Amino acid sequence: MSRNDWIQLLYIVAFSMFIIGLHMLRGPRTAVRGNQIAAVGMAVAVFATLLNRAIGDWVLIVVGVAIGTAVGVPAARSVKMTAMPQMVALFNGVGGGAVALISVVEFRSVSDIELRSLIPILFAAIIGSISFWGSNIAFLKLQEILRRGIRTPKAVNFGLLAIAVILAVIIAAGSDSEALFWLILIAAGALGVLAVVPIGGADMPVVISTLNAFTGLSAAAAGIALQNTALIVAGMLVGASGSILTKQMADAMNRSIANVFFAGVGAGGGALVAHEGGGTARSTSAADVAIQLSYARLVVVAPGYGMAVAQAQRAVADLTTELEKRGVEVLFAIHPVAGRMPGHMNVLLAEADVPYEKLKEMDDINGEFARTDVTLVIGANDVTNPAARTVPDSPIYGMPILDVDKSASVIVLKRSMASGFAGIDNPLFYDPKTAMLFGDAKTSVSDIISEVQAL
Amino acid sequence: MDLLTEIAILVLAAFVGFEVISKVPNTLHTPLMSGTNAIHGIVVLGGILLIGPAQGFLNDLLLVIAIAFGTINVVGGFLVTDRMLEMFKGKKPDPKEPGGEAGGERQRDR
Repeated sequence: MSRNDWIQLLYIVAFSMFIIGLHMLRGPRTAVRGNQIAAVGMAVAVFATLLNRAIGDWVLIVVGVAIGTAVGVPAARSVKMTAMPQMVALFNGVGGGAVALISVVEFRSVSDIELRSLIPILFAAIIGSISFWGSNIAFLKLQEILRRGIRTPKAVNFGLLAIAVILAVIIAAGSDSEALFWLILIAAGALGVLAVVPIGGADMPVVISTLNAFTGLSAAAAGIALQNTALIVAGMLVGASGSILTKQMADAMNRSIANVFFAGVGAGGGALVAHEGGGTARSTSAADVAIQLSYARLVVVAPGYGMAVAQAQRAVADLTTELEKRGVEVLFAIHPVAGRMPGHMNVLLAEADVPYEKLKEMDDINGEFARTDVTLVIGANDVTNPAARTVPDSPIYGMPILDVDKSASVIVLKRSMASGFAGIDNPLFYDPKTAMLFGDAKTSVSDIISEVQAL
Repeated sequence: MDLLTEIAILVLAAFVGFEVISKVPNTLHTPLMSGTNAIHGIVVLGGILLIGPAQGFLNDLLLVIAIAFGTINVVGGFLVTDRMLEMFKGKKPDPKEPGGEAGGERQRDR
């Protein structure tokens, strides 16, 4: 066997390990091992690539890998669980950036590129650039550095896409102008920025997942250009699985993916009507809440992003333990897009040692609200907003929500009366059976715990 | 390699990707997204392969950045996924895995 055959063989080993790893990521018991297998697969792929005779400057490779490791490892080690979504967005972004840069170099360094390589290179450049800039904006939004964005007219976004595609066609038709190539990257990058800037709230997970799929697709395209099977398979695996995941999330909100990007909930300018009754929200005290909770039979906790920012998950877990000691049944209602990522709440609550079986998915818990005595909404807003059921002109109309308003009483823990990330007023807060407990979620929950203990 | 062979591989990989991911519990969506995220860091191979044929300072610079980016994606992605998944370990009623350990581990590294 030639050296190249060995490389190809190792690539087959590598992508098999990716597939096995992904498969194992489907169950909580096997997931850790699955992730490790995929990581070993990656090591095999890198090793195989280094066997290549055409490898040039080793020093540069070592420098690049060293910088990447020096940045990536500490970031991944130190990031707080609550900041995970941002971190994933960033890691995704740099992946897209790498694809875009590789496509530039390939275009610059190979003269007379064949069309069969050139077309995938152009595709990789466009998608990679969208993913890089889009992910960075997603990071800034999740980190709340960038608050609210202006929605650019659809025509501008389509115009940018058209510019990128037209320039790509010009290059494919024979122009070897490097300036045009950079312009493609700029147009695609601007599209990435403008498309993500206005998106917020419950839509963020869909955005990150879409960009994840994009980076995968662009990597696959780069693989075709470089004639590298490991890149093709791994990139496409991510492209396909990312698309499925995106679709599952969009389905959970009863919206199409196009709708998320072009008519989004987080629209800065949209008129957001919901509350017309003119009612006032009733505020309550930790002591009152403690009494209500302690004498309930079934309490359902509906957590949202507010719990994540306040780092309240441990306090919530402690409260659960306290209540259970008193014979109260406590369940958690997890909306598929609660928080800023699918599964965000599950991760946080698992971290705080809340047993897996207590976390109920939306479809399972919605039937339970009718027999629930108290629902404790902790920093969740849009996913509990009854306007999604009742107000046809609300931007979230039609999105499946947690039917918390069907329980006997509702307590909402919230920092202030400000509307959610999506900027929509929530009639739940004005419902006569709802009481508001204002303040930082962690402090409020701790207060409730001490009141419960004092009873 | 023949272009059509590559496209065949691409299409098959797409079907595998669809197949392997459908029906994942919501709970694991975040780690799964994070795990697939790490896998597309494979673009680092592209950077490594091009550093030989590509000449000139700007090309080298761009490729070093690309390799660094790709490495961040891979290393960071797998590590972050591992940290998330550690939290599920032992939470299942699995007698072989004592629940306390994973929790203690985590508290230390925070």
